Amino acid sequence: MKKWKRVDSLTELPHKILESAMKAGIDVDARNRSGSYMMIDHSAVIAKVNEYFKGKLEIMDTCDALMKYKWLRNYVWKLVDKEEDEYTKKADENLGGGYFLRIMKNAKIDLPLQSCLIMASENMEQNVHNIIIAEEGSNARIITGCTLHPDVRSGQHIGISEFFIKRNATLNFTMIHNWSEETKVRPRSAAVIEENGKFISNYIALKPVRDIQMYPSAICKGRDSMARFNTILYSHRGSLMDIGSKIELLGKNSKGEIVSRAIATDNSRIIARGMLIGNNSGVRGHLECRGILLDDSAEIRAIPELIGNRRDIDLSHEAAIGKIAEGEIIYLMSRGLSRDEATSVIVRGFLDVDILGLPKELNNEIRRLIEKTTTNL
Amino acid sequence: MEILRVENLHVEVEGKEILKGIDFGISKNEVCVLFGPNGAGKTTLLMSILGSPNYKITDGRIIFNGMDITNLEMNERASLGIGVAFQNPPEIIGVKLRDILRICTRKRVNEELTENELKLVEKFKLTRFLDRDINVGFSGGEKKRVEILQLLSMRPKLLLLDEPDSGVDVESLRLIGNEIQRYINETGGSALIITHHGEILEHVDAKTGFILLDGRISRRGNPGVIFHDILKSGYRECVKCLIRGAKK
Ligand SMILES: Nc1ncnc2c1ncn2[C@@H]1O[C@H](COP(=O)(O)OP(=O)(O)OP(=O)(O)O)[C@@H](O)[C@H]1O
Ligand SMILES: [Mg+2]
Repeated sequence: MKKWKRVDSLTELPHKILESAMKAGIDVDARNRSGSYMMIDHSAVIAKVNEYFKGKLEIMDTCDALMKYKWLRNYVWKLVDKEEDEYTKKADENLGGGYFLRIMKNAKIDLPLQSCLIMASENMEQNVHNIIIAEEGSNARIITGCTLHPDVRSGQHIGISEFFIKRNATLNFTMIHNWSEETKVRPRSAAVIEENGKFISNYIALKPVRDIQMYPSAICKGRDSMARFNTILYSHRGSLMDIGSKIELLGKNSKGEIVSRAIATDNSRIIARGMLIGNNSGVRGHLECRGILLDDSAEIRAIPELIGNRRDIDLSHEAAIGKIAEGEIIYLMSRGLSRDEATSVIVRGFLDVDILGLPKELNNEIRRLIEKTTTNL
Repeated sequence: MEILRVENLHVEVEGKEILKGIDFGISKNEVCVLFGPNGAGKTTLLMSILGSPNYKITDGRIIFNGMDITNLEMNERASLGIGVAFQNPPEIIGVKLRDILRICTRKRVNEELTENELKLVEKFKLTRFLDRDINVGFSGGEKKRVEILQLLSMRPKLLLLDEPDSGVDVESLRLIGNEIQRYINETGGSALIITHHGEILEHVDAKTGFILLDGRISRRGNPGVIFHDILKSGYRECVKCLIRGAKK
């Protein structure tokens, strides 16, 4: 396996790498980002904070960070159990890097931080461990992409991510996956949210993948804390996506929301899971799962679960699966669109990025990605 | 010169014949009104002119602007200049009013609405709805305004209006009616309006009325007179009295 050298700017990287990074939402001209981290195979090629955000933000390779900060050991494998399954065990035994991100106390970071994990060698097993700490009162957005070098077809990616949202902090974390038909992906992530903290986790997967399975969880531990998972899935060319989100509402008056939009076609399968657990007084949670099947070869299975053990909680869910309503197509055709155009407008709308709670520019970026993926429906 | 001619039109819905030989025409710059009881097939007639695939034409033809459009797709008819305001428009999650208006005005990717188009939105008091999902959570009256706005934004030659006045408050009714009339005056366009109570006719000047009953158009005349007769003696009697009158 090739060892990749450190670079000072993303533009020094080979063109093909940059292109696939861009497809996963990475802005190569890092001016619109507060900082960048990029890992190719097992080498961190860049871990850099924008000049303007120095002191507000830290980005490092996890291995480097563990050497630098002794205290960081208390955060590693704190939320995800390393014995959980064969993948977590593997990630523990062969740690291959990953990023450590820390948003400093009370730092308000208006430009998103970006990170990108790329597999550039054939048949590679990429094991990463990410630690994200949003210190008290901080507010930031992270956009992170995982992608493949265009010449590479197969591989396995195991990503452990542990999020710590401290008191009064807000973190919006958007992840865009761009794998290939031959990759197997096993993210394992968990978050803990302290008093009055907010964690919004957005997950977007639009490209075919052999098989992805994940069930990230968030524990709303603090009083008045909040977690929200938004998932946008477009499953095609025989992909299997088994994706859920779990929120445990432990803190008094904590709040959880899970929203997923799934489109499946062309021999693909989606299993959309969701679980809300209400464990304290005054907690509220809602789970919404909508799926569209574009043909008869695909399958969507929605498995919403609500678990409550207090009288004064409010948990609800709604799930719906079907084809695109003919009435909607006719409506748009009457305004001048062909049937195919109408279908892709409805699909794009359904994969609505407005649900992600992102600022307008970032929304537009992601909308463009979705448009690129869905124009050849 | 006629903008629309419907000849011996037979239409089936879900295997059942609803229209059983419709014949009528609309002249250029003419506004016609279509009356008829619930379930008579008024919406069916509009949808057939529009080309909705759920309505199967088993016989007859539709001529638009001198051209046989019986076998054209909906979007082809739309681009020829046929526009509609639906009686019950669907809600579409994630598709914004702004998106639909861009479709109605045939915008390219990334092309925004023009100042004049936005002025019309403002006139319809819908500016704050631009970035909302179309019809999702809109009130009944708001949906009607949104329909007429889309229709006028398309700048069609023939306006098909399916109950534009049902459930609309007095101010919105005046607004909708005035805008339709203004459009017709300015463009020389034509319209076919379905109405039950005729409220819209206080603001739109219609010269001709029809009654649709038993799958046929059974009476043609002044819309005010027809409406008066319907109120007085009901649809069926109103048609019969005409037939009696004709026999005399
Ligand atoms: N999709 C459908 N499936 C089954 N029957 C239908 C369908 N659409 C219309 N019909 C039937 O066709 C007939 C005519 O319906 P249409 O909607 O044209 O009536 P209308 O004159 O517009 O009535 P209204 O005044 O209530 O709007 C009705 O009996 C209706 O039930
Ligand atoms: Mg009707």
